[in-house]
Amino acid sequence: MSTNGSLNSAIPAGPLAGKWSKHKNDSKLINPANKRKYSIIVVGSGLAGGSAAATLSELGYRVKCFCYQDSPRRAHSIAAQGGINAAKNYQNDGDSVWRLFYDTLKGGDFRSREANVYRLAEVSANIIDQCVAQGVPFAREYGGLLDNRSFGGAQVSRTFYARGQTGQQLLIGCYQALAKEIARGGVTMFPRTEMLDLVLVDGHAKGIIVRDLVTGEISRHAADCVILATGGYGNVFFLSTNAKGCNVMAAYRAAKRGAYFANPCYTQIHPTCIPVSGDYQSKLTLMSESLRNDGRIWAPKSPEVAAKLRKREMKAADVPEDQRDYYLERKYPSFGNLAPRDISSRSAKEACDDGRGVAATGLGVYLDFRDAIQRLGKDAISARYGNLFQMYEKISGDDPYSMPMMIYPAVHYTMGGLWVDYNLMSNIPGLHVLGEANFSDHGANRLGASALMQGLADGYFVIPATLPNYLAGEKPGAIGTEDPAFDEAEQAVRARVDRLMAVNGKRTVDSFHRELGLLVWDKCGMARNAAGLREAIEKIPAIREEFWENVRIPGDSRNLNMELEKAGRVADFLEFAEMMCHDALDREESCGGHFREEYQFTEADEAVKSGYTNPGEAKRRDDEYAYVAAWEAGAPGSKPKLHKETLEFENVKPSVRSYK
Amino acid sequence: MNFTLKVWRQRSPNAKGQIETYEAQDIPADASFLEMLDIVNERIVEGGGEPIHFDHDCREGICGMCSLTINGIPHGKDSGITTCQLHMRKFSDGDTIFIEPFRARAFPILRDLVVDRSAFDRIIAAGGFISVRTGSAVEANSLPVPKDDADASFDAAACIGCGACVAACKNASAMLFVGAKAAHLNLLPQGKPEKDRRALAMVRQMDAEGFGNCTNQYECEAVCPKSISATVIAKLNRDYTVASVKEAVC
Repeated sequence: MSTNGSLNSAIPAGPLAGKWSKHKNDSKLINPANKRKYSIIVVGSGLAGGSAAATLSELGYRVKCFCYQDSPRRAHSIAAQGGINAAKNYQNDGDSVWRLFYDTLKGGDFRSREANVYRLAEVSANIIDQCVAQGVPFAREYGGLLDNRSFGGAQVSRTFYARGQTGQQLLIGCYQALAKEIARGGVTMFPRTEMLDLVLVDGHAKGIIVRDLVTGEISRHAADCVILATGGYGNVFFLSTNAKGCNVMAAYRAAKRGAYFANPCYTQIHPTCIPVSGDYQSKLTLMSESLRNDGRIWAPKSPEVAAKLRKREMKAADVPEDQRDYYLERKYPSFGNLAPRDISSRSAKEACDDGRGVAATGLGVYLDFRDAIQRLGKDAISARYGNLFQMYEKISGDDPYSMPMMIYPAVHYTMGGLWVDYNLMSNIPGLHVLGEANFSDHGANRLGASALMQGLADGYFVIPATLPNYLAGEKPGAIGTEDPAFDEAEQAVRARVDRLMAVNGKRTVDSFHRELGLLVWDKCGMARNAAGLREAIEKIPAIREEFWENVRIPGDSRNLNMELEKAGRVADFLEFAEMMCHDALDREESCGGHFREEYQFTEADEAVKSGYTNPGEAKRRDDEYAYVAAWEAGAPGSKPKLHKETLEFENVKPSVRSYK
Repeated sequence: MNFTLKVWRQRSPNAKGQIETYEAQDIPADASFLEMLDIVNERIVEGGGEPIHFDHDCREGICGMCSLTINGIPHGKDSGITTCQLHMRKFSDGDTIFIEPFRARAFPILRDLVVDRSAFDRIIAAGGFISVRTGSAVEANSLPVPKDDADASFDAAACIGCGACVAACKNASAMLFVGAKAAHLNLLPQGKPEKDRRALAMVRQMDAEGFGNCTNQYECEAVCPKSISATVIAKLNRDYTVASVKEAVC
């Protein structure tokens, strides 16, 4: 076990490739007859929470699972389109556990833990086996065997997919496993139920306070441990590709109870989304990264041509070849249109900042299938991307077979999350965090097709093996809801709901959410700088104060009240946003999704002179910032306290990330 | 664009509901149907009223949460989409639009346009799964599946569980939903061992939930946002019949 900085990451000693096996061998076990004496709370029913709840129930634990949606089948994992990575090497193209590990670590700009990422790559193959056995209809070849495709940031074909609906099919597989356990009685499911607080007893996570979203009833649930699998916080930006209900509440409530929030400034801006079209817009829609396998991204070479295109005086299809800048192919010849997401997004922003953007707003570039249709035929393209083309046409009103798609980056995923150790346990004993809600595997940028992999790895294979390390030391059922800690937590929750209802101001919840979202997108979005972040840190408290004085929540709290639900979530975003900006300000380097304008390569740098990288690329500062920033929440308005976990690279030498 | 909305309002599950009228003015043509309702709700709240409650989440046509009957048609008249994918440019300026919940005895109304579809979860729990314990799966490529079978299974697996099929059916039958799940799993070699059990258990649960019988009207297929074919119903009938006979004989 090693201690890094002030946080114990509990990474097992020994060679990288043997750490997970050794850890499993050294982990505690709970005998089958005793497992049923332990109860476990799982919050969230997406790929991470659903797979954990189902698997822990199969093992014999008593599980309670909570989700805010009307059914666990609706968790936002369902919207993932492209695929799931696994180091199967079915294509015989040189893939291996090591390569998947290395690509993921490099893709994350060397800001994740070697041991966690290696474990992820190691169990990736088991995930595919498990999902196929559940009946997940992955794409197949005529021989009946599984098909693969390549995906952003990788030079091998290791992505398994199910048309453009991989997340849906994996989640349905996971949901069905959960349904099987619900029917068997191992899992009690609480849909339309939202966690409003975490209950600590003697410093250990032993329960939660929830609100029944239909009746408004507030109740207590005690267990021997708590697992949060509540997704990411992308909706802090208001506009994102997340579902409308996605929120940071459970994670932030845990943070308020002492759990550290790690790397909140690492947010992923996905390069291929449908551009914003107006201020009425409620969310953004992703177009799968898989489109970049056949689509070519370009912007006009000159601002004059771009201006004509914006005013619709010219059609994209009529722009001559020599007037098109296929900027990813130009800047990154070996990866081309498959460059990683952070790099592709920033390149699109650069083109638009140059005045070469298209779409009415000037914030758009083209994703063009003309050449692929000429090469492969319309039918082949339709077979690969038909549902995505249809989706684009429904939203934009344009036909992508004859006109290039217009795309622009949008907030999509958050690499930051609650800090966890190798056992996926937070700094609060008993509180475990899985999937997007934790911070552990993707560093500063996530590669395509690895979110599904991580969610399922955590739920199916990691937590079932690591949870006994905590549980074996606990007397099962020792804590009940009569403990005074539950009284305190429930009273706090009731007081907060009453306070929200009592404001009775003039502005809607959404108006505050939009205001906050625009501010953080502007100051803590695709590019950040110290002055902007300081400005945001100054402005967020003012929005928050007005919220608590002037928000209007009609109706009452003892009924289905969606304005109240939104208000609780926005109230937490209004605190969390400040922590995110503090993290971005503290990290004086550029890495992955965190691009600080002050830290980029220039002509003066050796790496540029030698031709290894380009001016304007993100510049890491490994000597000072190769650490995980784990923040301890303070009172609203006060700066959170920073704890550092030093990242140690024993097997890989962090290099300047180049995709040239 | 301007619209007149006629919306079903109902405060709670047992309250009496009625249609109320709202004017939706200055709506951008590029707004989605749900964004139009967002705008209307903002104005209702600012005016001191209670917003129209409706279910929604992903807003990209995949989670299955949105569930409005628009001018009498679940998810509206455009084919192959969910309510959240419907855009106002598909309507004419000045239209009067009726908005109601997905109506069925097995889908009780919770509030306004929000209904309880947990009956679907109980049907899946009855048999809509393959019993495989985590960790006991065989190597994925050890079980080749002919591409045609895999594709047919996928077509059925595309179901998002929204319930439009039930809302469109005059009998409130759930046969398209149940047929889609049965076809998804029964067509695959992995699903074969539990095929009979699955068909019997799911159909019996469906009946117990109060869904009606199928009388081959195909309204379900017409409104399905994922264009699932009603042939899955025929296949379910066949699987159920075979399983019933086996059960009677054994």
